[in-house]
Amino acid sequence: MTKVFVPRDSAALSVGADHVAAAITREAEQRGLSIELVRNGSRGMLWLETLVEVETPAGRVAYGPVQPEDVASLFEAQFLNGGAHALSHGLTEHIPYLAKQERLTFARVGITDPLSLSDYLAHDGYKGLKNTLSMAPADVVQQVTDSGLRGRGGAAFPTGIKWKTVLGAQAAQKYIVCNADEGDSGTFADRMIMEDDPFVLIEGMTIAGVAVGATQGYIYLRSEYPYAFDVLNQAIAIAEKAGYLGENIQGSGKAFHLEVRLGAGAYICGEETALLESLEGKRGIVRFKPPIPALKGLFGQPTIVNNTISFASVPIIMDKGGEFYKNFGMGRSRGTLPFQLAGNLKQGGLVEKAFGLTLRELVEDFGGGTASGRPIRAVQVGGPLGAYVPVDQFDTPLDYESYVGISAMIGHGGLVVFDDTVDMAKMARYAMEFCAIESCGKCTPCRVGSTRGVEVVDKIIANDNRAANIELLRSLCDTMLNGSLCAMGGMAPFPVLSALNHFPEDFGINKKELAA
Amino acid sequence: MSYTELYQDLIDLPGALLPIFHRIQERLGYVPEAALPEIAKHLNLSRAEVHGVMTFYHDFRAAPPGQCVVKICRAEACQAMGAEALVQHAEQSLGTPMHSTSPDGSVTLEPTYCLGNCALSPAVMINGELKGRVTPQRFDALVAEAKGAAK
Repeated sequence: MTKVFVPRDSAALSVGADHVAAAITREAEQRGLSIELVRNGSRGMLWLETLVEVETPAGRVAYGPVQPEDVASLFEAQFLNGGAHALSHGLTEHIPYLAKQERLTFARVGITDPLSLSDYLAHDGYKGLKNTLSMAPADVVQQVTDSGLRGRGGAAFPTGIKWKTVLGAQAAQKYIVCNADEGDSGTFADRMIMEDDPFVLIEGMTIAGVAVGATQGYIYLRSEYPYAFDVLNQAIAIAEKAGYLGENIQGSGKAFHLEVRLGAGAYICGEETALLESLEGKRGIVRFKPPIPALKGLFGQPTIVNNTISFASVPIIMDKGGEFYKNFGMGRSRGTLPFQLAGNLKQGGLVEKAFGLTLRELVEDFGGGTASGRPIRAVQVGGPLGAYVPVDQFDTPLDYESYVGISAMIGHGGLVVFDDTVDMAKMARYAMEFCAIESCGKCTPCRVGSTRGVEVVDKIIANDNRAANIELLRSLCDTMLNGSLCAMGGMAPFPVLSALNHFPEDFGINKKELAA
Repeated sequence: MSYTELYQDLIDLPGALLPIFHRIQERLGYVPEAALPEIAKHLNLSRAEVHGVMTFYHDFRAAPPGQCVVKICRAEACQAMGAEALVQHAEQSLGTPMHSTSPDGSVTLEPTYCLGNCALSPAVMINGELKGRVTPQRFDALVAEAKGAAK
C-alpha cells in the first residue's frame, strides 16, 4: 500500500493540511485506490506547506504547496508513483533547503509519525537513554559537558555545568523543568519539536532525571501552543505505557514522572525564575539570584531548568557521544542550532545548521530574500529583546561570541526579516511597548523605564526637542541595561539602541549627527 | 453556586492554582469573581493572592467572552507581514476594538504576542485553531466560518 504523508504540524494545519488530507482520502476512495495516510511532522520547509509526500522505491517525493483543489490533478498525474506535476519538487531529501542542513536535534522531524513510538525507536530513538542507564550519573553529566552544549533558550549557559551543580546538590527531591515558554516572536523550534518529535524531548528530560537523580519533571508550556499540549500529553501516556516513564524505567529501577503544565500568556514566564514561580501557582514574578535554581529551584529544591531544544539535543549526544556533537560548530559555540527563518521571507522555515554560518546565507540562500520582493532592510535576531541587524553586518559568523561582539545576540535562533518599508523608530517604540506590557513589575528600571521609553520615542518621532530626547533615551537604556533584575528590562534596550544606531534617519537624524 | 466540582480533582496538585484557573476557564469561558474565595479556601491562600495571580496573567478573563474568540498576533514577525493593517481591518469589520467583544456578543477580539507560526505570518487564532497567511479577505472568511460553526 502506498504511503502518503500529510503533516499534522500546526503550521501546516494553519494553511489547510487537514483539508488536504481529507481531500486525498476522498479522492483515493473514489478512484478505488488504497493508500496509507501518515500524519507526519513538518519538514520545516514551511513556505511549501501543505507539503504532501509519497513514498516511492527511490525515496519520498514531495509536492507543495498543495491546496485541496490540487488533489484531483495530483491523482491524474500519478503522484502515487511519484509522477510529474507542477507542484512536484522531486525527492524530498534532495531539495537544497533540506539537503544543505545538518540535522541532529531535528533528525527525525518531518520523517516520522510524531506519536508512533515504534517509528521513534526505528529511527535511533531511546538509544541515548539506553546508554545513560548503563552509565554512572557523573559520566552522563560529563558527556553532556564534553559536548559543549549551551542553553538553547538564549542565555547560552553551559548545560553540563548546570547538571553537575544539581547532581552535587543533596536533597530528598530534585526536579527537571523544561522551559517550553517559547515567547519570542520569530521562534517556533520548540513548538516543532514538541508537535513533531515529542519523544525526543521526553527522552532528553528522562536522561536528565536519571543523571542527576530527579524523579519528577515538568514541561512548562505556553498556552498559545494548544496543539503541542495535546501531542505531549498523548506522547507521555504512550511512553508511560511502554515503560519509558514511570516508577521503573525499562527495568532499571529508576523512576521518572513527567507532567505538562500550561502557562497563561505571560512572556516573562520564559525567564527561568518567573517560570518557577508560575509553576508553583504564583504570579510570574522574577526571583533574585542567588540562590540559583540549580540549588534552590522549584518548591525550593535543586532543579534543572533547560530550554526545550537543550533537552531535545541530549539524546543524540548520549547516543553518539559528546565528541560527535562537539565536532559541529565554531569557537565556543559547539553543535548545531535550529535557526527559524520568519517574517518577510520568501522561504520561511526551520534550518538546523552548525554554528558559524552567516545571516546572509540564511536569509538570502535559504530564505530566498523577502516575500514582498523588496530589499531586506533589517533582521531582528534572537526575539523581541534581540538587536536589529543591518545588511552591512550580515557576514558576521553566527556564533554566540561573535554576535556579542556586534552588540547583538543569537538567542533562541529566531530571525525576523523586514523589508525596506519598515519604520525602525516604530519598531523601537514597539520594543519598549512590549516590555511595558510584559514586565513583571518587580524592578523599577524595567517597569517604569519601558513606559518612559515609549513616551520618549514618541517625542523623538514627533520632533519634540529631538536631540535632547535622544540623549534621554540613551540614558534610559543605560539604566535599564545595567539596573534591571533580569534579561527582560536588561535587554529590551538592544532592539531600541540598534534601531537608533543603525537607522538614525528613521528617528529624524542623519548618521553625521549621530556621530557628533 | 459552588465551583468546586469543576476542579475538585486538581486541589492536591503541587502549584494547583494555574491548573484550576485553566480548568474553570475551559469549562465556563472565564473565571468568575465568585469562584476566587472558595479557591483561596481550598488552597489555603489569601483572597488577595488568588486575585493577584488571576489578574497577573493575560489569559484569564473575568467576564464571559463572545461566541468566537479571535486572537491576532501583533509580534514582530507578523508585523513584518502586515499584522497592524490586519488589526485595523479586524477592528473595522468586526465593529469592535482590541480587548473587547462585539456588541452582538459574537466575537471577542484580543491581541496575542506570538503563536509560533512566524514563517506563515500574519497569524491568527480563532477558537483555539491556528491560521496562517491571513490576509484581510481570508480573515473575513475565517471569522464567518467560525461564526457559522458556533451557531
